[in-house]
Amino acid sequence: MKEELKDIINRLAERFPEKESALLPALCYLQNRDGYVSEEGMKSVAVILDLPEARVFSTASFYSMLNLKPEGKYIIQICTNVVCTLLTENPLLEYISNSLGIREGEVTPDGLFSIKEVECLGACGYAPAMHINEERYENLTFESVDEIIGSIRKSELI
Amino acid sequence: MKKILTANISGGTKISGYEALKKTLSMRPEEVAFMVERSGLRGRGGGGFPAGLKWKFLPQNSRGTIYLICNADEGEPGTFKDRHIMEFDPHLLIEGMVIAAYAVGAKQGFIYLRGEYGWIAKFLPKAIDEAVREGLLGDNILGSGFSFYIDVFRGAGSYVCGEETALIESLEGKPGRPRLRPPFPGTNGLYGKPTLVHNVTTFSCIPFIIQNGPDAFKAASSTGRGGTKLFSISGHVNKPGLYEYPMGTSLRELIYEAAGGIKGGKELKAVIPGGLSTPILRADEIDVSMDFDTLAAVKTMLGSGGIIVMDETVSIPRVAQKAARFYAHESCGQCAPCREGTAMIKLLLDRMVNGQGEQDDLDQVMRLCRYINGSTICAFGYAVSLPIAAMIRKFRNEFEALLENR
Ligand SMILES: Cc1cc2nc3c(=O)[nH]c(=O)nc-3n(C[C@H](O)[C@H](O)[C@H](O)COP(=O)(O)O)c2cc1C
Ligand code: FES
Repeated sequence: MKEELKDIINRLAERFPEKESALLPALCYLQNRDGYVSEEGMKSVAVILDLPEARVFSTASFYSMLNLKPEGKYIIQICTNVVCTLLTENPLLEYISNSLGIREGEVTPDGLFSIKEVECLGACGYAPAMHINEERYENLTFESVDEIIGSIRKSELI
Repeated sequence: MKKILTANISGGTKISGYEALKKTLSMRPEEVAFMVERSGLRGRGGGGFPAGLKWKFLPQNSRGTIYLICNADEGEPGTFKDRHIMEFDPHLLIEGMVIAAYAVGAKQGFIYLRGEYGWIAKFLPKAIDEAVREGLLGDNILGSGFSFYIDVFRGAGSYVCGEETALIESLEGKPGRPRLRPPFPGTNGLYGKPTLVHNVTTFSCIPFIIQNGPDAFKAASSTGRGGTKLFSISGHVNKPGLYEYPMGTSLRELIYEAAGGIKGGKELKAVIPGGLSTPILRADEIDVSMDFDTLAAVKTMLGSGGIIVMDETVSIPRVAQKAARFYAHESCGQCAPCREGTAMIKLLLDRMVNGQGEQDDLDQVMRLCRYINGSTICAFGYAVSLPIAAMIRKFRNEFEALLENR
């Protein structure tokens, strides 16, 4: 496991003139693998890239897409910036929050979903917008949101 | 109307002819740079700095390392132009980067892609591989002896990383905190080496300039300077989306003709002309030419060209509150005026909108805007203070009503 991580990170580092540049890609790799960036993972990265642990922690905590604690399997990221909320106050956030029974920053008891408020997703022309993990959803309505969440639930039954 | 940037947009991604690159390789680097300088191309990342002048800050005819960075961090609320270029015509960007690299003598380029654009992170490397396979990128490009490589670097969620020195820090594996200047990236950028940073759209203008000449580029604008401009139009319009129009097209034409007018037959109230960080315009101020100089003259900015249209139902204090929340969340925290000022402005606007404002709160916000303005390392300070101050100045009665009716 440790050796494998070392190989992967070293390969990421080869792409760059200086290996410190592999830090962010390495943290993203950990998050992809584990669903979040664990303290243990950060310590390993620090050793492999030969960086002080404090440097790794401060970088990891700076970026809003890096999760330092476990999240739901599906992270629903809802844009609450100006254009997406022009019509009414956070309608999508409120709606999804009510329908899942959790607030922003929380995880559903089954561990399936968590909700995050995010800034402009570059989809203002197709507002309102959200991402679920890496998938992008635009021109949302309450119905389409129900459908999207419903189909994720179904896919999890199998 | 000449489409410089979006000609391929309906055709889906395809390898374009790279004709401009072929022409470039038959020219001397300084001739290429001179064409870009004469075209009057100004940076599309928001600042509008003349590209030709920026290239002159790099070491000339040096054999040392020069890095090229494409700023694809597109985080300015209201903006979605770079995304569409990369989605629909990534080869236009790649070609523009190779030409610029040839002109300034760069061997390695990076595309700093905003973390949220995951779907682009999947296929941009494929477009890069395609270009490499065709000999248009990589070793010995088209047999010219010139080599240039591009790698995609994915951000991880931070607005301030769009600022070029914060972006460089981020590429070096650090928190994205802007650097004090001087020295400028042109001499001390990535890993302390000379670095040229341009926005996606800036690079994408270059193939046209080389292929058709600087004068054709100038002629594509309605002011005679500066080509076309991509406008991301959003909010209360019938046809929101991305539009390419001559630089200098009137804001009224963009809203009522390009974007089909206000939705539901409502009245226009206000427009943010160049992304959230640019000062708002009232409905009676939209007969204005959308170019860098005219907008500066009316105390706002062309910025990223993100036009946010708001109808009569919109509460400007609420928009100000949203904006304040955004800036408070995204401040990198290194300069006290920005860190503390954005937090205070957010707090004051939150309580005003929630009906708990105090009489002095409005003046207090204005004082904070003045305090942040110009006292920070990067332009984030202006990005917060100018638009919020403009909302208060132009729609003061709406803010005052919140204080009276509490
Ligand atoms: C807070 C802040 C955010 C910025 N965000 C972006 C961005 O998302 N994309 C961009 O191209 N430029 C952004 N800029 C401008 C860059 O610092 C830089 O001027 C630009 O990338 C230069 O490219 P250009 O010459 O092609 O305009 C931002 C600037 C500031 C102060
Ligand atoms: S404001 Fe929501 S995507 Fe831009």
